[in-house]
Order: sequence, then C-alpha cells, then structure tokens
Amino acid sequence: MEHLISLFVRAVFIENMALAFFLGMCTFIAISKKVETAIGLGVAVVVVQTITVPANYLIFNLLLREGALAWAGFPDVDLSYLGLLSYIGVIAAIVQILEMLLDKYVPSLYNALGVFLPLITVNCAILGGTLFMVERDYNMSESVVYGLGSGFSWALAIALLAGIREKLKYSDVPEGLQGLGITFITIGLMSLGFMSFSGVQL
Amino acid sequence: MAKQTIKEVLLNPVFNNNPIGLQILGICSALAVTSNLKTALVMSIALTLVTAFSNLFISMIRKQIPSSIRMIVQMVIIASLVIVVDQILRAYAFGLAKQLSVFVGLIITNCIVMGRAEAFAMQNPPLLSFMDGIGNGLGYSVMLIVLGVIRELFGAGKLLGFEVLALAKDGGWYVPNGLLLLPPSAFFLIGLIIWGLRTWKKNQVEAPAFTLAPQVANQEVH
Repeated sequence: MEHLISLFVRAVFIENMALAFFLGMCTFIAISKKVETAIGLGVAVVVVQTITVPANYLIFNLLLREGALAWAGFPDVDLSYLGLLSYIGVIAAIVQILEMLLDKYVPSLYNALGVFLPLITVNCAILGGTLFMVERDYNMSESVVYGLGSGFSWALAIALLAGIREKLKYSDVPEGLQGLGITFITIGLMSLGFMSFSGVQL
Repeated sequence: MAKQTIKEVLLNPVFNNNPIGLQILGICSALAVTSNLKTALVMSIALTLVTAFSNLFISMIRKQIPSSIRMIVQMVIIASLVIVVDQILRAYAFGLAKQLSVFVGLIITNCIVMGRAEAFAMQNPPLLSFMDGIGNGLGYSVMLIVLGVIRELFGAGKLLGFEVLALAKDGGWYVPNGLLLLPPSAFFLIGLIIWGLRTWKKNQVEAPAFTLAPQVANQEVH
C-alpha cells in the first residue's frame, strides 16, 4: 500500500506528465485559456487515463508480450511489435465507448466535456502513460494507480496554467511575445517550480 | 485558397508557417528530445519521413475514406508507419532507441502528423501532400536542430558528443550552464525563438486580448 501511495505521489508531482515529460503539450497550450474548460478537459483525461492504462496493461500481458499467448497454445509468439497499433486502437475505442455511455447515462457530464472527449484520443499524455507503463513493467495494481496519478498530474498542470493565463491576459506583454511566446515562458517557470519536487520521497 | 505550387508547399512551413512556432503542433517531442543534438536529429528524420509518407498514403485513398471513420483510418496508417520506424531504430540503433524511449511511439499522437493529414492530405493530390509532409517535417526539424544545438553546446560544451567548448573542469575556460540540460530551458528557448520569429515576421503576432487604456494625462493619445 505504501508503495502504491509513493507511486501516486511520484506520478503526480515528480514525474508530472505535462511539466516533466511534456506530454499532451498541444492540447495543454491550446485549451488552457479558461479555467472552466481546462478543468473539464482535465477531468476527462483523468477518467480516460485511469481506464486505458490498465486496459492496455491487460492487452500487453495477455496478448502481445513474448510468451503471453501460451494459454492459446502459441508459447513462442511475440507480438510486442504490434503494441503501438493496439494501444492507439484501444484508446480510440475506449474514448468512443465512453462518449456513448456518457451521452446515454450522464448527459450533464457529457455536455460539460463536449468536444474535449474526442480530442483526448490524440492527446499524447494518454498514449505516453501506456507506453511508460509498458516500459517500466508495472503490475496490475500499479498500472491502475499510475493511470490515475498521471491523469491527475496532467489535470492539475492544465488547471494551474489556465489560472495563470486568465490573469496574464491583462498584463502588458511585449508585442512579439504576446500569446504563444509568453505561454511557453510561463510553462517553463511552472516546470522549474515542479522540479523542486524531485527528490521528495515517501 | 489559391492553388499552391510545390515550392510554396515545401518552403512555407519552414519560416512562414512553422508547425511549432505558429501552428502549435508537435510540441511534446520538441521539448523532450532536444537535450542533445543526436536525438534531435534522429527524431527530426523519423518525423519528417512519417509525416511525408502518411500524407502520401492518406492522400492516395482520400476519395475512398468515408468521412465518419477517417480518424481511425488515418490513425492506422500513421501507427503502421511509426511501427516500421520503431523497428528499424531498434534493429540498427538500439542505444539511441532506448534513449528516445517512448517518444518514437509518440510520433503517432504527434499533432503535426495528424494535423497535416487532416488539414492538407484530405484535400490535395498525393505528390503535393507528400511535399507538404516533407515541408512541415523540415519546419519541425529546423526548430529541433536549433534547440538541440543551443542546448547541447551551451549545456554540455559538446556537439554530437565531440567537445567544442573546453570545459572548465577539464582545464578549459567554459563553465557549462547546467540549466540548459534541464527540461524547463526548452520552454524558455522556444518562447524566445517565437519572440524572435514574430519580431521578424510581423504578421504572425497575435492580437492582444486586452489593450491598455491610453493614459489620460497624455493629451496626444485619445
């Protein structure tokens, strides 16, 4: 249990998806102008990430990994090269299913998330979470915690950035730096701040 | 939009419509792999090839793709190309592939590839789309190489692993700036590059969301 909590804290603060690994940057910058939408997108990412990482864990370990097909009578088959294709397929499918389920059963949440759900398919943070899970060889409970933690880290970062940007638009920024330029520098400063978490051990 | 010539399609993305500087596409990998020049170069080549070929193939079948499932079709084509690149890298440059870790796989979700497929290849003939892919790949590469050079040269005093600036700890004169090897420096550098680019090309400047009210005491401003 302690180990899992430590993994969660690591995923949220030390290995922050957006600020330490720069994943999901495109959406991170494009959709962080308003706090409200940023939080909506953040919640969607947490949900999708928590489902996809364990789902891809199962696919990797039951179907793709070397020797994983032994239960079906193919002990020598190694399908791990199909990994990328299957993960992205799973992500796209889960996002699609989630969209339909939400539309039917929780329309209020569906309306709140709106266009952000389909956008999540192409969010590198989601695929990145899965790939890190495979690379670091997490087990089932670890991958659930990691999915939750990394999704939360991204949501936290985008909410913070949106808060800063909402204030920032009232400030007098030099002409060429307006908009994208100053956003990058802001993210740089935030990322510098988050670096101070490195070395925190639980 | 007027018909674009091959030359325009190829060269426009490099400065006028840079994917990183203006279109805000493909930033994730631009930041993560540029702490040294070698990984930046490999990443640029990989991405340019994937963008070019995915544009080519998608453009070839653009009339057959039903629009409701076009995302999935595009994803499958892109993912297959990335798998090829990934396998080649693992076979011939395993150390480098380990260093790039997940970022080769992340080319799939790199918005440049998807973005160009969606915005350009779906409407244009194959050859032109191929050139657009190469052009956008070049725009991305230019940015990555500039970042890689600055970060490796001033952060570690080396270029491609060869010592260029003699380091102080080996009896030379240059004290490396460790900050440049850390992730946040990439943000600052890109921010500054965008500033430079927009000062040079005035039409890329974004309109401010709010302008300061003119000072009342100054009678020349109304």
